[in-house]
Formats: sequence, structure tokens, C-alpha cells
Amino acid sequence: MNSASSRNRILRELKTALPVSSPIPHIPDTGTWQTFDNPLERFSELLTIVGGTCVRVRNVADADTALQQIDEWNSAVVRCSLVSGVGNSTFDLNSADDPHQLANVDFAVLPGQFGVAENGAVWVTDNGIPHRVLFFLPQHLSIVISSSQIVHNMHEAYARIEPQQYQFAGFISGPSKTADIEQSLVIGAHGARSVTVLAVDEL
Amino acid sequence: MPHPSLAEQFISTNNRAAWHDRSLWFVREKRDRQANDVPEWEELRKFASDIKQHTMSQLPNYLEEFERNAIDLGVHVHWAVNGDEHNSIVHSILKRHGVKRLVKSKSMLTEECHLNPFLENHGITVIDTDLGERIVQLRNEPPSHIVLPAIHIRKEEVGECFHEHLGTEQGASDPKYLTEAARHHLREQFLAADAGITGVNFAIAETGGFVVCTNEGNADLGVSLPKLHIACMGIEKLIPRTKDLGVFLRLLARSATGQPITTYTSHFHGPRTGCELHVVLVDNGRSQLLQSPEFRRSLNCIRCGACMNTCPVFRRTGGHSYESTVPGPIGSILAPFRDPEQHKSLPFACSLCGSCTDVCPVKIDLHHELFAMRSRLDQQQKLGGIKKMTMQLASAILRRTWFYRLAGHLARYSLRWLPRLLIYNPLNRWGRQRELPSAPEQSFRQMYENQKRKKRP
Repeated sequence: MNSASSRNRILRELKTALPVSSPIPHIPDTGTWQTFDNPLERFSELLTIVGGTCVRVRNVADADTALQQIDEWNSAVVRCSLVSGVGNSTFDLNSADDPHQLANVDFAVLPGQFGVAENGAVWVTDNGIPHRVLFFLPQHLSIVISSSQIVHNMHEAYARIEPQQYQFAGFISGPSKTADIEQSLVIGAHGARSVTVLAVDEL
Repeated sequence: MPHPSLAEQFISTNNRAAWHDRSLWFVREKRDRQANDVPEWEELRKFASDIKQHTMSQLPNYLEEFERNAIDLGVHVHWAVNGDEHNSIVHSILKRHGVKRLVKSKSMLTEECHLNPFLENHGITVIDTDLGERIVQLRNEPPSHIVLPAIHIRKEEVGECFHEHLGTEQGASDPKYLTEAARHHLREQFLAADAGITGVNFAIAETGGFVVCTNEGNADLGVSLPKLHIACMGIEKLIPRTKDLGVFLRLLARSATGQPITTYTSHFHGPRTGCELHVVLVDNGRSQLLQSPEFRRSLNCIRCGACMNTCPVFRRTGGHSYESTVPGPIGSILAPFRDPEQHKSLPFACSLCGSCTDVCPVKIDLHHELFAMRSRLDQQQKLGGIKKMTMQLASAILRRTWFYRLAGHLARYSLRWLPRLLIYNPLNRWGRQRELPSAPEQSFRQMYENQKRKKRP
């Protein structure tokens, strides 16, 4: 059997007894949904609950200073930053044409687009990121966003994004974690062991 | 083996049932806290249910729309009528790329199709990368829960398993230490893999992309290093619009593990530059289910596992008692629908309490369907022996007033006067672990008559 005939068979089978057509519901972008008095505060709270940290700073220089105060950054041997003015890279990212070459990155500083108050997630895209594995492979991660770019909830988030513009894009909410052994929460499963979001006022 | 026999084995292991029950109830409570934190929770469930209902009524159109858009993004789209075809499609892609080592994130569909043994028979090493799935894979077991695959295993047992396979210290059982060992072990696997397979949580018709949710980041690592990504999905995973994700993502992780969202919610639209992305759309009985007015709503399932965590039977009997890839309430509909003979005991592993229906984020009428499935199995002549006889007897009694009265008298008399040995006979399954109630002095009818007599002037 080839895929084309299976395709037709599946579609034919589905069409034999479809449920009565029901309309697609209109989903409002705002109004119905939960909002918060201080979205940045809520974002920060939620990020802490999911194991991350949010640091609010005034400008890029302060973000850089805040980064220098993170122990993991200071002890990192292989560093990489894709946010100009915040941290530095210890190697030339352009020289890595295979993502496997990034296996020993200890700390990466990457740009985020905006945060979501209801769940502490940050929207990130592969725009300007040579290898998307940088979001997952480094031992520690810092994501830089503008402190004014916090939406209340996921509906507002989807109202402003077009995921189809990117081969990869996604929400990252705190560090990698698992509770697969007796429901004990352990931070640092496969991905980043820590996630620090730097929320910059003047970005 | 029928559910009661397997459950008996589970229960007979030292306190296992009570411990399992507590673990899952803990997850259920976390879910409740998260649901209560969202004032519009019920509206969200309604939206989710309506979107799914609509999607199912237009499924062929949405599948074609998804295919069109995915192809435009450079994705190879495949269609598989059943599990065998799915497996051979995946194998042929892997073969073409000369893949020897494969990393796979959680996909209940590939479990359903038994992809791992198929590929291993063809000489391909498959590594499950979700920690829970890796644990059950090393122990040579299937997952016992769709979200928490190793929920039935104690940390000491994980320690033994890792000592044997990963060389951790003997007797070590600290989850942190064991997770760290798995992290090192699996990082090596990610870096050595020739291809990555993921499941799909949601496929978006209007864009041709799809979303994968994990907490560990294993799906992302698995498909961001090698040049080949294969995503396997049941055809029911489709949603019409990107904005529908706003509804489903708010419900999914809260319902599943009591988190506001999973750590990683990744949107894939087309292959990485210079790489290949394949999507395999699998029917495997889903189109049959869609044709059934009674059971089609179970296709709306987003596999959060909330019905399992709340089910009093699942919590106390464990997922393996169901012998089905998807266990618990939803599995007790899906499995006997597909194979009534093998799974006929499942819809009876249920007290019809309705808790599953209450927590279901997409409002599947689970306990109604479970009830309907019992009738269906009866019509298919699948109920045998004592169950059938008891039902016939109950039906005969309940249809006749005189018989009902007589049975009441007999029951009260027997409970009062018959020796214990005779009441707790082998046919009395209810009485195996339970005490029957003591017989009341009077029946309700007698009490009612007395009351009426007293009131009379």
C-alpha cells in the first residue's frame, strides 16, 4: 500500500459518517480572560514558582551587571551571548556549523520576545539564533526581554505572534524539570539547569 | 488477562495500592489548585470542547488543509491507515537516512503502534528520552500512565535499575542523584543520535505546523541536533487555528500535572535549514470511532491524564492492570471499542462515580460512554458467566414488584439468620474484602406503611 492510497482511504472513511457540523467558536483576544494588576510582578512570581528567576533592571548595562552576579555565569567556562551588551562569548558562534559543537556550552544569554504573566513563560524564536539547540543544550540560560513586554495570558500571547514565521519558536517557562521518580520535583532534567530572565526597562 | 486479576496482583504487593493512590491524589490536588486559580476555567473547557466538536465535524477538510500548508513549509507528509503501515513508513525513512541510533520523546501513538520492537527487530537502537519512559524501557515494561510513565515504580527500584544499567551506586535512591545520572546518560544519547522522533500535542491546520510540550526538554534536544525529525500523530490531534492553542495550552498542563504550562512548548514549522522534517498522520481505528455517535467524543481527548489521576479504580489498581497503551477511564472506552474481546473487562473497572467527566478539560462525557460501552459489550455477547447471570437475575427482580418484595424479604432474612460461611460464599465477590451491611429491622415499604397508619386520625 502506498501513502497516496492510504490518504484517500482515510479521507473516504472519515467522510462516511461525519458528526453534524457545528460552528467554530469565536475566541476573544481580551475581555473574557484573566488579567493582573501588575503583570510583571505576576510574571516574576510565576517564574519563581516554576523554578526560574526574574531580575528587573533599568538598562542593558545593568543587565550585564546583573549577569555578572550570577554564580553560574561566573563559573561558566564556555559562554555565549546573542544579546549585545549583556555578557560575552568565549568562542565564535559563527565557527560552529554543526549544533553538536555546542555540547560544552555552560551558559547562554539569548533574546526573548515577551513574557506571559499567567505562567511565567517567555516567547522565543529562532530569529537570529544560528542553532536553536542553544535554547536547550547549555547548562544554564539567561533570557533577556523588555520589562514592558508582558502579556496577561496565553490568548493575548497568541494575538501577537505568528509562529509559522519561524522554523522553531516556543514558550519556555523556567528551567528543565522532571518529577518522574516518585513525583519528586528535580530541576535540571535534560535542558537548562537554571533560567534567569532579565527584564530590562530601557531595551 | 482481565482487569480484576491484574489488579489483584497489583494490590497484593505490600501497600503498593495505598502508595500509588496517594501519589496520584497528590497530582489531582495540584490540578485542582491550578484550575481554581483560573476564574474562567469552565469557559475554557467549553471553548475547548466546542473547538474539538467543530474540528471533528470537518476533520477531512482540516487534514487536507494541514497537509497543504505543511508541504508548503517543506514538510514531508505521510498517511498510515494502521499501526503496521505507520511502522513501515517510519522505518523506510530511517533506512533511507542510514539511521542506526534513534532518540524518541514521549509519543503514545508510537506505543500504540509498537514502533520500538518493530525498529529494534530491524537493527535500529531506539532510546526513549523522557525520564519516566527511559526507566520503564530499561525495565522492559510499558508505561503505566500516559503522562507519568513510571508512576508505579518506587525510587528504590529506579535505583536498582540505574545501578544495573547506568552504573549508579548500589542502593542509591535519591531522585536528584538518579535524575542527574540519567541526564548524563541521555545527553550522550542525544549527541550520538542520527534521528529524533517526537509525538505531537497539537497540529495546526491553518499553518501546517505542530506543537510539542515537555517539561524535560527531551523532545527539543532530540530534534535539534540530528538532521532528521519524524513527528508521529493520530489524526485527531488537529486544531483549526493557531489561536486555539491559547485555549488548549491553558488547560493541558494544569489538568495533567498541575503546572500553569509545561516548561517547553515548542512550535515547529518546517525543517531546519539543510535538514528533513516528516509528519506521519495515523488513523489506526480513529475513523471508525468518529463514525460512532455514542463514542466519538472520546476522540476529543488531549491526553492530559486527569481522568486517570482522579479515578478511584485507577489510583488503586495501577495502569498496568488495564493492559492498554492508554489506561484509565478514557482508555476503557478506546481499548474495548477497538478490540472488544481483549478489553471487555475495562468498562467495568469503574464505579460510574463521574469524577473523570468532572475533571476532563475537553468535557468528554466519560462516565456516560463507559456506561454505554457496557451495553455495547453485552450486545456483542462479550459478557460471560457470573456477570451475565447476575445482570439477568437483577433485571428479572427489578421488573416485577412481587419478586422485588420477595427478594427484599429473603435478603433481610438471610443477612440476619444465615451462617457467615454461607453468606460469604465464593459467588459473593463483593464480600471478599467488604462486610455486607447489617439487615434493617424493616423495609422502606414497611416503614412507610407504619407512618401512614400513625398519621391516620
